[in-house]
Amino acid sequence: MKHNDRIILDSTQFDLTIKRLAHQLIENHNDFSNTIIIGLQPRGTFLANRVKAVLKSIDKKYNIQSGSLDVTFYRDDYRRQDNPLVPNKTEMNFDIEDKNVVLVDDVLFTGRTIRSGLDAMLAFGRPKKVELLVLINRRYERHLPIQADYIGKNVHTIVSERAKVSWEETDGEDKVILYTPENE
Amino acid sequence: MSKLSVNHLLGIRYLTATDINLIFETADHFKEVINRPIKKVPSLRDLTIANLFFENSTRTKLSFEIAEKRLSADILNFSSSNSSVTKGETLIDTVNNILSMKVDMVVMRHPNPGAADFLSKHVDAKIVNAGDGAHEHPTQALLDSFSIREKYGNLKGKNVVIVGDILHSRVALSNIFCLKKLGANVKVCGPLTLIPKYISSLGVEVVTDLKKALNWCDVAMMLRIQLERQDMKFFPSLREYSMLYGLDKQLLDSLDKEITVMHPGPINRGVEITSDVADSKQSIILEQVQNGVAIRMAVLYLLAGKIE
Repeated sequence: MKHNDRIILDSTQFDLTIKRLAHQLIENHNDFSNTIIIGLQPRGTFLANRVKAVLKSIDKKYNIQSGSLDVTFYRDDYRRQDNPLVPNKTEMNFDIEDKNVVLVDDVLFTGRTIRSGLDAMLAFGRPKKVELLVLINRRYERHLPIQADYIGKNVHTIVSERAKVSWEETDGEDKVILYTPENE
Repeated sequence: MSKLSVNHLLGIRYLTATDINLIFETADHFKEVINRPIKKVPSLRDLTIANLFFENSTRTKLSFEIAEKRLSADILNFSSSNSSVTKGETLIDTVNNILSMKVDMVVMRHPNPGAADFLSKHVDAKIVNAGDGAHEHPTQALLDSFSIREKYGNLKGKNVVIVGDILHSRVALSNIFCLKKLGANVKVCGPLTLIPKYISSLGVEVVTDLKKALNWCDVAMMLRIQLERQDMKFFPSLREYSMLYGLDKQLLDSLDKEITVMHPGPINRGVEITSDVADSKQSIILEQVQNGVAIRMAVLYLLAGKIE
């Protein structure tokens, strides 16, 4: 970490934030019998799995169906990048017809990934309602009219900054760091 | 690596093992896509693809067409039998006329070896070879190896025998390149008149005894006798061919182990393979067809990524 990078969530805050998000979901979804959680690949899946585990630890009856969705083939920037986008695995072993869907991603920034996610999701049916849950909401940077229903933390950033969510499973520690380029 | 090393798919000869594996990994994802309730993704919605078939085809043409539709591309279909080609137009003229309708990619089957290669040097579009004479049929070889990989997990060290009309078969040549690049051991089996002289230079051993070949292999690829490409007699009769090189249930059951039977289609039932073998559980002929769509989607997707 360089001197002007800052931690916006340390592991304690990280844990508390996910617990709060889980409780907010309980308020709106009762027993989750008609709810499905879908993590957007790759990093939304980590958050979806974590939220799911926290819900289960709160009460065993909160055993929610979940899946992971890859949005690569639905993106609008394919062929606008130097390398073709590499797809990830999609695991959706259910249809979402008439379900309440909670889409999950780690960072909401321009909104373009979520837009692709909404399109990709519709290949599995017509949900009754779709909500969006994110850990980090980068405000004032949206390219599309997309807002989250459940937000872990709002951050004010400039475009050149980068919010990176680290996970214990892959990076050794739960935390969120905001990287700022040296020359700004 | 998420990029092919080539700009066109002209033949397996030009691909690296990394390219082939990239195509396979991408095809894995597309195979999941085509088993969804809605089997379509919008990746290529801004592209137009022309399917130019100067030679008959059912499976390959339909497979490319469905792959293009699943990727949301716009499609132009052309077959030479009812076109201006019969009025004497040259290949470049035909294709340039089609390209002036703003076509981004061309899938072409042509009776002349090298036609796709030639086209790629003269027109400004991504070219996918869907079979050029007796030269190459790269997507068929890719889907064959993909099907073997699906069944066995890996091709390294697998023994594959290609049986039949090797001389006239683009499928055989592409498959030999592909299997070799992926580390499989390849032998060919058939009457010597139907085995080209250059075959040993490809590192492929020739066996003339079918039973011996089948006992050696894990996978047997049975090929069709291409009567339409044979301008002279290469063997006394189809009946004799089928007695010596046809695969029937009795022969299959007499082998030391359970082998996998493949066929690129179209099948001549009762000639190179009997119905009970083609429909047996050891045959993966229909899996090959399903994998063909996923492989072609992967190839089109990866080549489209190279369009400026």
